[in-house]
Amino acid sequence: MNILADLFLTFSKIGLFTFGGGYAMISMIENICVEQKRWITHDEMMTVTVIAESTPGPIAINCATFVGRRQAGFPGAVAATVGIVVPAFAVICILSAFLDHVLEISLIANGFQGIKIAVGLLILDAGLTMVKKMKAKAFPRVIAAASFTATLLAAVFHWKLASVDLMLLAAAVSLAVSAAGGTLKRKGGA
Amino acid sequence: MYLELFLGFLRVGCFAFGGAYGAIPLIRDVVLSHGWLTEERLTYMIAVSESTPGPIMVNLVTYVGSSQAGLLGAVTATAAVVLPSFIIILLVMVLLKNLLDAPYVQAALRGLKPCVAGIILATGVRMVLDHCVSPDGGTLLEPRAVLLTAVLAGLMAVSGPVLKKKASPITLIVVSALLGAAVYGA
Repeated sequence: MNILADLFLTFSKIGLFTFGGGYAMISMIENICVEQKRWITHDEMMTVTVIAESTPGPIAINCATFVGRRQAGFPGAVAATVGIVVPAFAVICILSAFLDHVLEISLIANGFQGIKIAVGLLILDAGLTMVKKMKAKAFPRVIAAASFTATLLAAVFHWKLASVDLMLLAAAVSLAVSAAGGTLKRKGGA
Repeated sequence: MYLELFLGFLRVGCFAFGGAYGAIPLIRDVVLSHGWLTEERLTYMIAVSESTPGPIMVNLVTYVGSSQAGLLGAVTATAAVVLPSFIIILLVMVLLKNLLDAPYVQAALRGLKPCVAGIILATGVRMVLDHCVSPDGGTLLEPRAVLLTAVLAGLMAVSGPVLKKKASPITLIVVSALLGAAVYGA
């Protein structure tokens, strides 16, 4: 298949089956773009996630643009980005005619209850995959454990803690540790 | 009108960090200050956006655009919210080619990657717990949600070794919708 058509269709499929925002999409992209299509590696996926989290806009758009450009340059970026937007756009345009009552149809509402649970599990799975594939060293483990604990505590106690703040802190700590350890001089792999 | 939609949502696209939940307050400001939707309508639309496929921001903004100026309004609003992240990623990719290999960027990434992994893991744990603990009970468990969670988690865990292939997220979404309709409808 033409790579542009392939990008468009693949990302449309991802867009069509992603409920509940960006994190849920990560496990979908990991499954399709890393494991099935092998368009990017897991480590690249990790880098995109970090970039997506630290740049504005929907995470899904960031990921699609990245993968699309990597595979087929600027046209690829356009194909993938349009692909991921089209299902969301089309569904809302079609629904907006009778949107007022769509959540009141009990069959649909019940189905969504089930989907919500799957979305939680998919995000959990994406997180587990990331942690498992981390380098088995003390430093990344401590950082992951700290951000995990902080995010959960923030949720329990309703703290206003943006993940961007946590990420800035992690980057600063990592830079400081590297500077202290002298690893900034030589080229090290993450 | 189109210009107002475009500029309003362009700003949202430029400043929405950390996905949809960071964007909702921004969208609220823009939508309410222009009087595009009422507070009540917006809250309802957020619920609809969460349950329709695709990025929540795109769903929400498409709806606001189409309610204000029809199909063309929907296109305008959606393009506005998507453009900033599209352009930023392209810029980052062009610049990053060399930048990614720089030792200090590598050092920052060594901290950022596990940090994001921890955040995502915690988000998953929180969402699963949120669904399983009944809203009014505090410590009480929601039996149907626990059942669904167990079945779906079992499916994910077992499909790998048994079918030699992990169940794809799409399969899981479809199965969960069917199970949800069955369990909550009963």
